[in-house]
Amino acid sequence: MSYLPYLLAVWIFLVGLFGIVRSRNFIHLVVCLSVTQSSTYVLLLSIGYVKGGTAPIFKDVKPGTKAVDPVVQALTLTDIVVSVTVAALLLSLAILGKHHAGTMDPEELHPMQG
Amino acid sequence: MDVLIPLPVAIPLLAAAFLTAFGHFMGPRLDDVIGLAAAAATATISLLLLFDASGHDLVYWFGGWRPRDGVAIGIAFTIDAFGAGVASLVGVLVTAALAFSWRYFDEVGTLFHVLMLVFLGAMIGFALSGDLFNMFVWFELMSVAAYALTGYRVEEASPLEGAINFAVTNSVGSFCILFGTGLLYARTGALNLAQIGHTLAGHQADGLVVAAFALLIGGLLVKAAVVPFHFWLADAHAVAPTPVCVLFSGIMVELGIYGVARIYWTVFAGVPETHGPGFRAVLLGFGTAGALVGGTMCFLQRHLKRLLAYSTISHAGIFLIGIALLSAKGLAGSAAYVLSHGLLKGALFLCVGILLNKLSSVDELVLQRRGRELPLTGAVFALCAIAIAGPPPFGTFLGKSLIDEGATALDYHWIPLVVTVASILTSGAMLRAAGRIFLGLGASSEPYLSEEPDEQHEVEREPGRSQYLMLVPVVALAVAGIGISLVPGLEHHTEAAASRFRDTHAYVDGVLNGHQPHHAVLNFDLLTLTAPSVLWGIASALGAVLLAVAALNRERLRPGVVKASLHWLNRGLDPIRALHSGAIGDYVTWLVVGMTVLGGLFAVVVR
Repeated sequence: MSYLPYLLAVWIFLVGLFGIVRSRNFIHLVVCLSVTQSSTYVLLLSIGYVKGGTAPIFKDVKPGTKAVDPVVQALTLTDIVVSVTVAALLLSLAILGKHHAGTMDPEELHPMQG
Repeated sequence: MDVLIPLPVAIPLLAAAFLTAFGHFMGPRLDDVIGLAAAAATATISLLLLFDASGHDLVYWFGGWRPRDGVAIGIAFTIDAFGAGVASLVGVLVTAALAFSWRYFDEVGTLFHVLMLVFLGAMIGFALSGDLFNMFVWFELMSVAAYALTGYRVEEASPLEGAINFAVTNSVGSFCILFGTGLLYARTGALNLAQIGHTLAGHQADGLVVAAFALLIGGLLVKAAVVPFHFWLADAHAVAPTPVCVLFSGIMVELGIYGVARIYWTVFAGVPETHGPGFRAVLLGFGTAGALVGGTMCFLQRHLKRLLAYSTISHAGIFLIGIALLSAKGLAGSAAYVLSHGLLKGALFLCVGILLNKLSSVDELVLQRRGRELPLTGAVFALCAIAIAGPPPFGTFLGKSLIDEGATALDYHWIPLVVTVASILTSGAMLRAAGRIFLGLGASSEPYLSEEPDEQHEVEREPGRSQYLMLVPVVALAVAGIGISLVPGLEHHTEAAASRFRDTHAYVDGVLNGHQPHHAVLNFDLLTLTAPSVLWGIASALGAVLLAVAALNRERLRPGVVKASLHWLNRGLDPIRALHSGAIGDYVTWLVVGMTVLGGLFAVVVR
């Protein structure tokens, strides 16, 4: 078993967070959030990976054929749906922001302090 | 009874789908009726489940996929008294919020009902689910509905900023939950809570288990708005419509705490290293920080919704303290506290909604004296503010006394003091606002309060609209919240439910093997009043009143001394205030710092 995919997942997670922290543009912010979430896809898929395994579609295959774990693939699909929902909602908020405040910069929105 | 179990989730989701499809073709008030009826039906069924679950846990396997030979394959709802109690509180608060918004918005719009119903279904799904991944999915569904509700009336920039801060921080929190879930699946090959707990039980905690635990707990603490994960909460509350704030403060934040307790006692309590005093100390530290920082920030607000939001942060800290004791008393205390706090905080927010509706402002200084035309609202607001400090035997008293007793039994003698100080600060701030707005007391400017930008108007002022119809849900919540500690047998039932909630072996056995011993709980005694908790309760309520009186008569006190101490106080508080910068980058930085500290401390104490 290789640790590389897990390290990669952590790396993507941190890179995405770094992008969110440094972001000065809403579109960029939403993309960074999606990058952060994509680390969970990498994590889930590496957990279910079986060396030499095929796709977990059990039609016209001999019983006992090695296949990767279908559970994590289902989780990843659900995860992608969640990600798309959040991204769509945030992007529509960003459009409204541009419309009403005329800016795409989170810090120019005159945030409430204290 | 089994047929009822999926209904609290199915009814709101189906009603939401129906309203989305047909809402536009219906008459103007029909969608109100359908939304309200669906919420009320959900609340009723949740209460029925609560009565049923007080004897034994209910386990429902979707599609009949029961476990074979003690191995869970299907997806389950596992309902115990706390889960059903949380679901009932969700149902009651959503019903009250929808009843209030009937007269609140000029035109509510079908989408508001749809989002509220999805929010309702998702929160209940989270409370009842017995499956880690499904908890994540419900968590995300409730979050997405909440983000959309926060930005419901985007006509100005500020709702947007609050909604985006809320969405980004909570999404990062939920990624952490998913990461933790993935790690646990990698270790145990299971997603069912009981199955994971069964597999982990008795084994030493290694790096992977600690990391998974820190990620799961940290992600849930983001939702629970515990310091330093709390920054999003005040921004979201300031801009969300007031009926939505009722749900955010009353139950959504508490669901984060509930999730921590649920996951700890089903999954991790079997791991030997997770019982020590060091482990307790880590959670107690986070809870105490939340209680005190939230209380301090609460007292510095003049924006009423932000004031109540910071009080929620303070109370969430207290709930975490109760859980962190890891004892049945502490857990029961948190549960009773959540119940009374949810009802009272709901009533308080709805009072603010009436102010906003009638007087078009939520600024304490702008509203000074103008609340005199709303004496009933003022009376309810002040009573709830006192009751939330827990004067014996009303309001939050039962919860507070149980936490105090649990803490004293474990020799944490400083905890009652922390809880009391936090209560004095938050209730004192609310009473100060009440005195200024409804009685016209106090100075017209306060140098120590945070500066406020202009508040947007949620609703047009319509003097013709009756205040009394809006007061019905407010008074109902207030009466329930003030009187809840007096319900006969509540103390006994909560403690019995807490000791069953903590019994990991019985939970695992019940879910995987279907063994459900019946516990008859037929004790309807009134709550016991012990001398220390009565004294702490009186101290909280009296302290809050005195603090409010002092704040309102600041100028009549010795001016020189007060001025100097205020100056130094302000200097001391400026750094805390500056932390709440409203910038999303800072919030996520704090989230990462908090997560690292949490994980690091867990790693140290588990060793």
